[in-house]
Amino acid sequence: MRRIISVLLENEPGALSRVVGLFSQRNYNIETLTVAPTEDETLSRLTVTTTGSDKVIEQITKQLNKLIEVVKLVDLTEGSHIERELMLVKLKATGSQRAEIKRTVDIFRGQIVDVTSSVYTVQLAGDSDKLDGFIQAVGTSGVLEVVRTGVSGIARGEKVLSL
Amino acid sequence: MELLSGADMLIRSLQDEGIEYIYGYPGGAALHIYDALFRQDKVKHILVRHEQAAVHMADGYARATGKPGTVLVTSGPGATNTITGIATAFMDSIPMVVLCGQVASTLIGEDAFQETDMIGVSRPVVKHNLSVRHPEEIPEVIRKAYYIASTGRPGPVVVDIPKDMTTPNERYEYVFPKKIKLRSYNPAIRGHAGQIKKAVDMLLAAKRPIIYAGGGVILGKASGQLTELVRMLGHPITNTLMGIGCYPASDKQHLGWLGMHGTYESNMAMHHSDLILCVGARFDDRVTNATEKFCPGARIVHIDIDPASISKTIDADVPIVGPVDAVLKEMITLVKESKEKPDADALASWWRQIEEWRAFHGMRYETSPDVIKPQEVIETLCRLTKGEAFVTSDVGQHQMFAAQYYKFDKPNRWINSGGLGTMGFGLPAAMGVKLTHPDDEVLCITGEGSIQMNIQELSTCNQYNLPVKIINLNNQALGMVKQWQDMNYESRHSQSYMESLPDFIKLAEAYGHVGVRIDRKEDLETKLKEVLAMKDKLVFVDIYVDRFEHVYPMQVARGSMKDMWLSKTERV
Repeated sequence: MRRIISVLLENEPGALSRVVGLFSQRNYNIETLTVAPTEDETLSRLTVTTTGSDKVIEQITKQLNKLIEVVKLVDLTEGSHIERELMLVKLKATGSQRAEIKRTVDIFRGQIVDVTSSVYTVQLAGDSDKLDGFIQAVGTSGVLEVVRTGVSGIARGEKVLSL
Repeated sequence: MELLSGADMLIRSLQDEGIEYIYGYPGGAALHIYDALFRQDKVKHILVRHEQAAVHMADGYARATGKPGTVLVTSGPGATNTITGIATAFMDSIPMVVLCGQVASTLIGEDAFQETDMIGVSRPVVKHNLSVRHPEEIPEVIRKAYYIASTGRPGPVVVDIPKDMTTPNERYEYVFPKKIKLRSYNPAIRGHAGQIKKAVDMLLAAKRPIIYAGGGVILGKASGQLTELVRMLGHPITNTLMGIGCYPASDKQHLGWLGMHGTYESNMAMHHSDLILCVGARFDDRVTNATEKFCPGARIVHIDIDPASISKTIDADVPIVGPVDAVLKEMITLVKESKEKPDADALASWWRQIEEWRAFHGMRYETSPDVIKPQEVIETLCRLTKGEAFVTSDVGQHQMFAAQYYKFDKPNRWINSGGLGTMGFGLPAAMGVKLTHPDDEVLCITGEGSIQMNIQELSTCNQYNLPVKIINLNNQALGMVKQWQDMNYESRHSQSYMESLPDFIKLAEAYGHVGVRIDRKEDLETKLKEVLAMKDKLVFVDIYVDRFEHVYPMQVARGSMKDMWLSKTERV
């Protein structure tokens, strides 16, 4: 099952490599990984999406917690949550394609953020399924380049992950 | 206000931390530190002949004393040579701090002479690693390193020290922190009361209980509490290879150790039990055999300081995260207060069954009129040293024979590389023990394969006068490899034969020690007595033992706990 694990990490050199190293050492799977400092500059927030049986996920959270620099973590998929990913896509856009792409971007509530005579660069945010859906809708033949940030997530309601 | 250079701060921090010994080897990036070491006499440095041995020495010291060991090496090859030793300590959760020199911070990343990314290289085999970024940080980094290494589930911590952090003429204020607190590291100090209560109820209600104790009992200094609880309950107890000595082997409630080469009775009792109380062990593959066939009728209570050890391979019904001594103490109180008593009838019939198992095999082996059996050597040593010696081992058949036939009644006396299985561990570990236990008998039980992996340390033994006794069970082969080849590869002995063995007697003499060869059965006891009488000499005892002996019992691969070979021809 796919899980989104959100981690508060000491913002120190080497901390990220410990997290990444743990996944490869113990043969766990990483699908996406995002990391950035938080409003508290001593902390980074890291979001990792992974798949595995309940037993594997339990081990992943326990092993992550064992890392000295991991301050706190939560498996967001245990409760209701919001997940977002940002994607930038460069699409071949000439002739009649231009109008068609524009319509599809509107349907997906994306924006065209850069234009040349033959290329549109589209920005799209949403959950991973929506981003996949957009690529499918425009067709892979017109896609020149895709860049995705990986998933960020946060719990719904009052619950917060903080010190 | 006291101003010190980084190097002096480092040594002063070690003094303030109460460190007695450092094991190490100097080199370019560590020279400022070695100079600071020279200008004081509180912390003693032991110069080894290879950095790997320094780590095993620190490890032997830590296992025998329960205190963290300390290693000091230079950058690059000095640091990478420590890796096997660090991995050994990591697998067995041994507290240790490894101080590594590093090239100057201004050179890091430039492929400088003797530069290695030690933080990166060591990452998978350390509990944590730290690097010094400013000389002023040194006291705090050192304090933190020992705190992390020795609390919670212990383990090795590496500290990487760039050379410019220890420059002699740059001085800073020395402040040794009294207390260390880390917001992201808070090991449990007691177990969950509700879970402990539940566990005690289950223990008192069990009909076929067994207590399965591991190295965590020794690391957690909980042998006393364990023994008290086991005696109160009247339950049988087995322990892992790492747990040897956590409960007296000579006691009738002790079934010997369990697993791949464990006793018949302990493996049978585990398999047929209805309740397993696991204390500080981790259900590793050398214990459980095939996990899907593991103890089908047993419910499991698991006490461990490390939550990640619980339900990792075998699911626990009642997990208890906490230090074993504190949890056992609470259990003892609850058992005393409880109105329920252990089910005497059920236990009596359980014990009858266990005694039948015990009588069935009884660790028997075939003796021969003229060939020395390795098991006999260990039994003789155990008798001559009254089971009181510190025994280190290397890895292979001799390790299993030593663990099976030497009876340990006390913790911290059986010292071996259980998790990583590191050949070359025995001699340096024995040296680490002897250094702090000069009046105790220290035996290194080894084989002609393993001993050659760190034999250069005979020189260190000469320098520091470390009269350990090296018991070389010489079967002229890599015995355990050969045993597996006999059993699984139709006796094709691929690369397991030790051709061109050195003359160990001359070798010992060349290093300034005594060598004794024993190759006749009738000489075994008298010569061993003579060896043990040479109190102030390192004696290398080269004993020619049966070349065809196998270690039994041996669990059948991919079977359950109860599927074992009991000899070359008997399988149950």
